[in-house]
Amino acid sequence: MAGLQYVLKRLALMVPTFVLVMIIIFLLVRLLPGDPAIAIAGDKASDADLAAIREKLGLNDPLLVQFWLFFTNTLQGDLGRSIMMRTSVSSVILERLPTTGFLALFAVSLSLLIAGPLAFVAALNRGKWPDTVIRTVFQVGLSMPVFYIGLILLTFLAAQLRWFPVGGSGDGFFGQLYYLFLPSMTVALYTSAIIMRNLRASIIEVLDAEYVQFARAKGLPNRLILGRHVLRNALISTITLLGLSIGNLMSGTLVTETVFAVPGLGRLMLEAIFARDYPLIQGLTLTFAILVSIVFLLTDLFQSLLDPRMRLT
Amino acid sequence: MSDAVVTSAKSSDAPLSRLQLALRKPGFLIGAVIIGFSTLLALFPSFFAPYDPNFIDYLAVRQPPSWAHPFGTDMLGRDALSRVIHAYTVNMQMAILATVFALTIGVTIGALVGYYRGVADMIFGRVVDAIITFPFLVLVIAVVAVLGPGLIKMYIAITLVGWVYYARLMRAEVIAQMGNDYASAGIVMGYSDRRIIFRHLLPNAITPVIVYWMTDMALAILLGSSLGYLGLGAQPPHAEWGVLIAEGRNFITTAWWLSLMPGIAIVITGLGFSLIGDGLADLLRPRG
Repeated sequence: MAGLQYVLKRLALMVPTFVLVMIIIFLLVRLLPGDPAIAIAGDKASDADLAAIREKLGLNDPLLVQFWLFFTNTLQGDLGRSIMMRTSVSSVILERLPTTGFLALFAVSLSLLIAGPLAFVAALNRGKWPDTVIRTVFQVGLSMPVFYIGLILLTFLAAQLRWFPVGGSGDGFFGQLYYLFLPSMTVALYTSAIIMRNLRASIIEVLDAEYVQFARAKGLPNRLILGRHVLRNALISTITLLGLSIGNLMSGTLVTETVFAVPGLGRLMLEAIFARDYPLIQGLTLTFAILVSIVFLLTDLFQSLLDPRMRLT
Repeated sequence: MSDAVVTSAKSSDAPLSRLQLALRKPGFLIGAVIIGFSTLLALFPSFFAPYDPNFIDYLAVRQPPSWAHPFGTDMLGRDALSRVIHAYTVNMQMAILATVFALTIGVTIGALVGYYRGVADMIFGRVVDAIITFPFLVLVIAVVAVLGPGLIKMYIAITLVGWVYYARLMRAEVIAQMGNDYASAGIVMGYSDRRIIFRHLLPNAITPVIVYWMTDMALAILLGSSLGYLGLGAQPPHAEWGVLIAEGRNFITTAWWLSLMPGIAIVITGLGFSLIGDGLADLLRPRG
């Protein structure tokens, strides 16, 4: 039952964090100069609309009461109305969520496909030229802003060579696969640089470990050593790292969606900012935070499942 | 003969030799040269730039790279090389101003909660958890949305989010240092808390924070230029690499050099800071 206890403890720790996340999002709009009702309803709102908003958010009440209203409304899925979309914030977000989800998962798969084999090649040739070349290329990759990588791919592979579409998200699974390939690749080139570095280090660590030396000494074939010991251990640290870099991944998605005009949450966030659509900004910020904390939780649970030592701490 | 051996053995322990050791590493040396030269460009852009970066020439619009204009000219006929050089001032300033306040605030708070622990530390832990739950860029952009676009507001936004990373690192390091005898000795001797924290613990605990600072400067340039590109950081006609890339975007198939060149400046400068960071990490790591 230690496992169940761990899960419950982990979930309990999420409660104060979530309340603080809500406080931060609540304060964002309250810190705006001027009347929050105008910020929330837009400049063109009528007096009656403003009065209705003041009533609903309790803007005449003390700050704590206002927060309680915001908190309970949010828990019920009511994030307010978007000024620019003229519908409820939650419906706009739910409509765009699948595209960003697809993009993020696609990017993760691509970065594993890129970083995995290259990390193995680098680690097995430690200090020799393949290692040096791979590490240098990825070091340069890490210094490139995501929007710049995206712009280069967009210009050469989409605009010049016309291998890929220059924007949009496509229909159906294969349509999305085709339309979102370049945007995902853009994020993947960045995240794979982070993964490659750590994966290489952890493969080297396992290769040097005593149990691998023992396996080698007792004459296990190289294929078995790599497959059974090195790969499995390297996988654990890689998935943990992937989980912890979900924030980077989401930041990258936001930028890449803007470069490739992908109708996802990130592009929506920028449109909302330029339209001063504060309810939508609040809703999106919350959505990103929820996505990250779900991934953090899954990473933790995955780790505790594979590594029983984690549960004791 | 034996004298030479003795002096060389001695000099490897002297503090100065650490710098000599570092400069022998090609990575650190390249990084130092890049950042040194970038700083010169940032301080004296007019000395290096061949033209006035804001001189408009409608007769020479979007010219490809040539001897007269090595990076070509932009949609208003301004010299692209001069604009990339003048952008060094803003982008190098970003590396400092987007990190130094986060560093100061983070180090102070981290040292205090690490030393006193208790309730403040518990609250600190929750705040850190909450802030790292937001993707960095999303929270920075949300704060910029409230404050409005512009360089100074961007620095405020990055500081509001970024101090957490320094504080977390500093707290962990101070707690580790508290286990050492010198910290207990200070307490036994009746030194004031302020003296123990800032005179004794902080200098010993700051090394990893400084290493992180170098990496963070590279990240600040990436982040600052991304915000400039998105229209939330520096505003045109200000010459800033992200803004320059965004300006060139509309002509990317016909005048690709306008977007390509500022990006190369970003990559080289970012690489410079990372190389220095890696070198410092090797150098400052306790040996033996």
